Amino acid sequence: MKNHAFRLYRHYISINVRSAMQYKASFVLTILGQTLATVSTLLSLVFIFRRFPNVKGFTINDVILCCGIVQMQFAAAEMWARGFDRFAETVRKADFDRILLRPRNQILQVLGSQFEISRIGRLIQGILMLVYGFLKAGISWNFMKVLTLVHMLFAGTMLFSGLHMIRASLCFFTLQGLEFMNIFTDGFREHGKYPLSIYGDKFLLVCTFIIPYALTQYYPLLYLLGKRTDWWLAFLPLLALLFLIPCFLLWRIGVRHYQSAGS
Amino acid sequence: MKKYLSFFRLRLAMGLEYRVAALAGLTTQFFWGFMLIGAYRAFYESNPSAFPMTFQAMVSYIWLQQAFLAFFNTWRYDNDIFSLITDGGISYELARPVDLYRMWYAKNLAMRISEAALRFAPVLLLAVLLPQPFRLGKPASPAHLLLFLCTMTTGLLLMIAFVMILYGLCMRTVSPTGIRLFIPAIAEFLSGQIIPLPFFPEKMRKVLELLPFAGMQNVPLRIYGGDLSGDAMWMSIALQIFWLGVFLVLGKLLFRSTVRRAVVQGG
Repeated sequence: MKNHAFRLYRHYISINVRSAMQYKASFVLTILGQTLATVSTLLSLVFIFRRFPNVKGFTINDVILCCGIVQMQFAAAEMWARGFDRFAETVRKADFDRILLRPRNQILQVLGSQFEISRIGRLIQGILMLVYGFLKAGISWNFMKVLTLVHMLFAGTMLFSGLHMIRASLCFFTLQGLEFMNIFTDGFREHGKYPLSIYGDKFLLVCTFIIPYALTQYYPLLYLLGKRTDWWLAFLPLLALLFLIPCFLLWRIGVRHYQSAGS
Repeated sequence: MKKYLSFFRLRLAMGLEYRVAALAGLTTQFFWGFMLIGAYRAFYESNPSAFPMTFQAMVSYIWLQQAFLAFFNTWRYDNDIFSLITDGGISYELARPVDLYRMWYAKNLAMRISEAALRFAPVLLLAVLLPQPFRLGKPASPAHLLLFLCTMTTGLLLMIAFVMILYGLCMRTVSPTGIRLFIPAIAEFLSGQIIPLPFFPEKMRKVLELLPFAGMQNVPLRIYGGDLSGDAMWMSIALQIFWLGVFLVLGKLLFRSTVRRAVVQGG
């Protein structure tokens, strides 16, 4: 059964990618647009760090590394959880009725309904920033550090996906998109380019215990950069996965509450 | 003039209907302002003497930028106009006994004013009530406040004159996606939306301050907090008015020559 679900999902992705590739010009332009946005972010960082050698102990290389990781988490989530992101439309057009009628997992179908391949641009830029940051910050690689990075990327992607899922669940009640939820996704992508500690202790606490961004960003970053050496920091990102439990419950409540809006 | 005023009023009334979107917008703007100030504060604490503005002027800059984002957002266009251009609906617009440039100018002005009207007051109100160092401070002087209001008006008019040139360029190309993607991004960076112009390297800043983009948000927002004062301020106001004139003339010429040889898309 598991294997079957995976095959179905792969098929969904392949359909989505092939249909996106029918519009090559638009694909290329979207990626160029993302590149321009990244270039202006990087330029602004270069300009600011010309004046200040570091911010609360982090150099520009540390920040670029951090920015690259957050970009990758965000892009991966937008890529594969786009179905949740666009869920308002699915509810409004009563496409969710069709999903309910099929004898397959609903979440799998929603995830499969969209796959935003154009986010690959952001993903690649994230990788480039990561590599640059790694080389410049002079980090010595070892197995634990690679593991930390993998945990950060995985848990961060899941955290963003969970936020997309909350947004989608709320659509069951409101029937319309909730733009303010962008604060939690785009907001963290934008402001999470700096390690979260620079915003102060109280903010860091909120980002540790309420929405656990810091577990996938700040604490493991300290370990990556060699600022702290406690081994458990490498596994801390996995704790952020607990955030998916309330997301999942909210989704279940939403599905139960669903009343078709179509005719 | 009267007919353009009614286009303006209609579009204004339409824009004021979007209250839910405005609520979402102002929540986002408030959060954005808060986070930006948080980051700048960290830099300030790392080395106060390297900060190119007073911190208070910086805080004012950010709050006003967020409150009046609808005025100076280089990404905000009237999507109806773009679809008119691409699907051929523009032929109906041309058939009307009105000047296309003035009509679109009036509509865009109304769109931005209605969006700002629903957002700026709550953002500013919250910003005044915040604890230090996040609180929006008083203007540098009553004269600065007055000049802030004047230059913000000129800045808005300049912004729309710039947008009009973009519409004109889009009418000339069959697929305007490229223009819509690149020019706003460049204008955004050069106008001080991402980081204020004082944070640019000295030589670059001197050049940028001469460009039209500096006249959009950079001038009014820096005048409020007193970062722009004296001769430099008068110089930038003169430049702002100069560029407004240039853009208005350029846009009109562009529209006239484009309309004369317009090719209507679609059937």
